[in-house]
Amino acid sequence: MRTDNIRIFSIACALLGLAVASAAEAGPKIETWETTKGARVLFVAAPDLPMLDVRLVFDAGSARDDKRSGLASLTANMLTQGAGEWDADTIAERIESVGAEFSASAARDMATLSLRTLTAESALDQALETVAKSLSKPRFDQADFERVRENRLVALRQDEQDPSTLGSKAIYRKVFGDHPYAADSAGTLETVSAIRREELVEFHRRYYVAGNAVVAIVGALAQEQARDLAERLTADLDTGEPPPELPPVPELSDPVLERLSFPSTQTHVFAGQPGMRRLDPDYFPLYVGNHILGGSGLVSLLMDEVREKRGLSYSVYSYFYPMSQRGPFLMGLQTKNDQADQARAVLMDTVRRFREQGPTEAELTAAIKHITGGFPRRIASNSKVVGYLAVIGFYGLPLDYLDRFSERVSKIRAEQIRDAFHRRVHPDRFATVIVGPREDRAADGED
Amino acid sequence: MKSILIMLGVLVTHLAAAGSQVHERVLDNGLKVLMKPDHRAPIVTSQVWYKVGSSYEHGGLTGISHVLEHMMFKGTKRLAPGEFSRIIAEHGGRENAFTGRDYTAYYQTLAKDRLAIAFELEAERMRNLTLPEEEFAKELEVVKEERRLRTEDDPESLTFEQFNATAYEASPYRIPIIGRASDLEHLKVADLRDWYHRWYAPNNATLVVVGDLEPETVFLLAEKHFGPLEPEQIRPPKVRGEPVQRGEKRLRVKAPAKEPYLILGYKATALGHAEPAWEPYALEMLAAVLDGGSSARFSRELVRGTRVAASAGAGYDAFSRLPGLFLIDGTPAQGRTLEALEQAFRAQVERVQREPVAASELARIRTQVVAHKVYEQDSVFYQAMQLGRLETVGLGWPLVDRYVEHLRRVTPEQIQAVARKYLVADRLTVALLEPQPLDGKRDGKQNGKQPRSKAAGGPGHAH
Repeated sequence: MRTDNIRIFSIACALLGLAVASAAEAGPKIETWETTKGARVLFVAAPDLPMLDVRLVFDAGSARDDKRSGLASLTANMLTQGAGEWDADTIAERIESVGAEFSASAARDMATLSLRTLTAESALDQALETVAKSLSKPRFDQADFERVRENRLVALRQDEQDPSTLGSKAIYRKVFGDHPYAADSAGTLETVSAIRREELVEFHRRYYVAGNAVVAIVGALAQEQARDLAERLTADLDTGEPPPELPPVPELSDPVLERLSFPSTQTHVFAGQPGMRRLDPDYFPLYVGNHILGGSGLVSLLMDEVREKRGLSYSVYSYFYPMSQRGPFLMGLQTKNDQADQARAVLMDTVRRFREQGPTEAELTAAIKHITGGFPRRIASNSKVVGYLAVIGFYGLPLDYLDRFSERVSKIRAEQIRDAFHRRVHPDRFATVIVGPREDRAADGED
Repeated sequence: MKSILIMLGVLVTHLAAAGSQVHERVLDNGLKVLMKPDHRAPIVTSQVWYKVGSSYEHGGLTGISHVLEHMMFKGTKRLAPGEFSRIIAEHGGRENAFTGRDYTAYYQTLAKDRLAIAFELEAERMRNLTLPEEEFAKELEVVKEERRLRTEDDPESLTFEQFNATAYEASPYRIPIIGRASDLEHLKVADLRDWYHRWYAPNNATLVVVGDLEPETVFLLAEKHFGPLEPEQIRPPKVRGEPVQRGEKRLRVKAPAKEPYLILGYKATALGHAEPAWEPYALEMLAAVLDGGSSARFSRELVRGTRVAASAGAGYDAFSRLPGLFLIDGTPAQGRTLEALEQAFRAQVERVQREPVAASELARIRTQVVAHKVYEQDSVFYQAMQLGRLETVGLGWPLVDRYVEHLRRVTPEQIQAVARKYLVADRLTVALLEPQPLDGKRDGKQNGKQPRSKAAGGPGHAH
């Protein structure tokens, strides 16, 4: 099967005149099964180093906050702050005294627990026992919750002193409107202040269940050891089930512009719209197209127009952030205040032109070489592979996703990209957020 | 517990043996080539490290090493501006560069059969940079934007710059890597030309390769591409010794912000400067006692225990070219003051001076150090970075296999001794960020003042 894929890939590349990387294009060998409680496991054996990486992911991100913005994130953060008979000090000591690393956090789609540990039995045993209990028997002590909440409020106020964070939160609100993706996972001063301990307990009870979990494992374990490990981590979870699908993200009907006044030397420009889902049929044309437009760092069209040709900004980018439902398509840059209009015009001209014309054959060939030639790098470490496993498991991507990735990218044609961008990207309806000193120009700053 | 430590002891020996896989070759022109095979994935990382950075600079030319790093992508005799990056991208590579106080480094990570591409391009720009005037004019604007982004508009970063320029009186570590705004304003392409010819030569560089190749293959390729380059007469930078500090220094920084911020920095020492030589290792362990994770004293006692800090950190770098600072920083918890946080930090310092660190505490830190040494093998980039850095600051790459053992040997008494010797008021500088109103409310009409500092300091900068 794999041999066939490689042969087809080689032929496709030969037809396109592409260099075929000599390295094997196949991804790592993924084994998958379900635990007794119903959690899905993805495992890749990596015997070279005596270490283990585990990601436990749940459909328990801030998209499940239900207006109580910050709830998912506070729930995840509290998992390391006390479980069963252990307080936060004990958990920290148990993890770090064996040289392990353990954290828990929530983004919009996912809540993630990450463990890295040595595989020596005594270290592994203690680390696993600690994570399993933190996951299944968190205490959510009121006093600890108050501390975590207050420190979150400090962090939120620090966000308000950073024009970039301020703008990036605002563009999500503008792009997603009433959809759960609009709110930042960290919450706001108001919502975080209002959340009660009981809501964390209830959120944990509902979402941290085996039927809503994916366990990604990469490390120096035999498959039977990985099976034991996954059982131990999920044994004390309720079986439960995944939550219903999130609502679809509506299109923006009209352009919106928000100006946020900030006493900075630079103006930060953000522009975007709803983008694509992780399982989107246009995933590959949009991904490769965006790579050319603004996703390939120093060699992207945006970098060339904004930075290389005009020296307007240190950083300029565009990206699709694919999520369960359509995540954002975002573009941005920062420039000194008196150049903000010029830089924004270049940004918008570039995306409009790309949408109309699509890439040249030369641009497409270069991008395909860049992406496929870089494939071995993408899976070159345990930490990268475990990240892919979590994504594959969480979003239900096919297990041969990595095996076929290069082949799929290679097959994309310029016309497919132009067509996909034409249908999916609408600069005339972009939401825009501009953060910087407010000049005497309030007239054009409608919201 | 004991069995874990014994096991880890065995592991260290094993790793030390594995570590000696680094191979070294010095070309006739003085270029030192280091190669460490790592066959876990069919990739290779190639890094060129130059012995130049902001600590080699002087007044009027601050930031020049970093600007030159940007210009290294802007054309050579054979490569048009931007062509370097386009070629690396076409070969599926990831590339960038970074400038620090003690080094400027360039890297590419590629499929293993593409190493020759990286070598050919790096060799070309080691001696044949063209520095076109019009490219310089644009790129200088990019660097000014980078300075605005990272420093001018970030109150904590601004505070750190001013703190740094106050703590050091003469040491070139007072110079901000990104450069002072006024120096950037007056930089000329001729200055860059001089700087390039002065420092960019094979005998002032180290080429580090880690990945899925055999050393002889790499050495042959290195000889082919870098071998023909002419060496340069390198004049080492003048020594600018830091005079003895005579009493505590304090500064207050006013900037638009919402939360206060505190930095304490004690003049410390570094490997290659310390007498006795174990002191920098003891300072590293001391930093871990205070802030080596969530079980360390700052998290346990200041964030969770007394709840005086929303966040608190401690850091020290033994591996710098010149003596640096032992740094402590933090933000007060809600309802607590900068003064309370500073007192709490000072009490923590007094405690490590007064009582030896507990055996169990030290055992945990040793275990963490050894575990991190295993984890870092997961990244070829990080492995190469360690070799390049040790070599470039003058300590020599073989230390990469020995420093874990040096750290493990540190005793509670040694930690106490360095705390008593270095963490004293006469070596201390304290900076406080005093938040000023941001004024511009989201929907407000009025406009805050713009911060316009030209003071200095700062973290590393990528291209």
